[in-house]
Amino acid sequence: MEGIKITKEVDARGSFCPGPLMEMIRLIRSANVGDVVAVISGDEGTKKDLPAWIKKAKHELIAEEPIEGGATRFICKKLH
Amino acid sequence: MEEKISIILFSGTVDKLLAAVTIASGAAAMQKKVQIFVTFYGLLAFRKDDWKTNRRLSKDFEDFATEALKAMEAKKVPNWLDTLKSAMEIGDVTVHACGLTMDLLAIKLEDLESVVSDIVGVGTFIENASGGQILFL
Repeated sequence: MEGIKITKEVDARGSFCPGPLMEMIRLIRSANVGDVVAVISGDEGTKKDLPAWIKKAKHELIAEEPIEGGATRFICKKLH
Repeated sequence: MEEKISIILFSGTVDKLLAAVTIASGAAAMQKKVQIFVTFYGLLAFRKDDWKTNRRLSKDFEDFATEALKAMEAKKVPNWLDTLKSAMEIGDVTVHACGLTMDLLAIKLEDLESVVSDIVGVGTFIENASGGQILFL
């Protein structure tokens, strides 16, 4: 993810559905338009929920990076 | 039309409360308007501080729910009230107390957790639910 600056990241491992999704929503709300934020989730359900929410909320899912141990880092750009 | 989900929360057991607030969270996240109508045992669970000692479980699922509750406590799953408060922060979620239950059991709005905004009759609930989905838990 060279060239992309993540302004804020929350490690939501150990938090269960809908926790990581709530973290992403809070992050996006507190961010400025154009900011890139990330949430790390180890929760299986949230791995589908997070991209679905980002699409529904009309932001941009920049990347889903697998992290050792089965978690995923969801990187999202705030578009509006 | 605005998408909405109305939940009738009749149960005051932790398993049903958690189910209700989790569904409410998901719906709120997906930008649906959510109203939760708390009635009878559901309303009793919203009395101030009741959540701190509530270990009630649905009789139908007693065996499994006991295990599930233990697992959730071990994994530090947030309590149902905190989950509900999170849902209210991120979306349009309101909680309304059933007027009939309040009258029958002589409960006042100030006896309930502050997440409950008002007391309504079933007619108001049905009117507000009109055109959306209704879940009974």
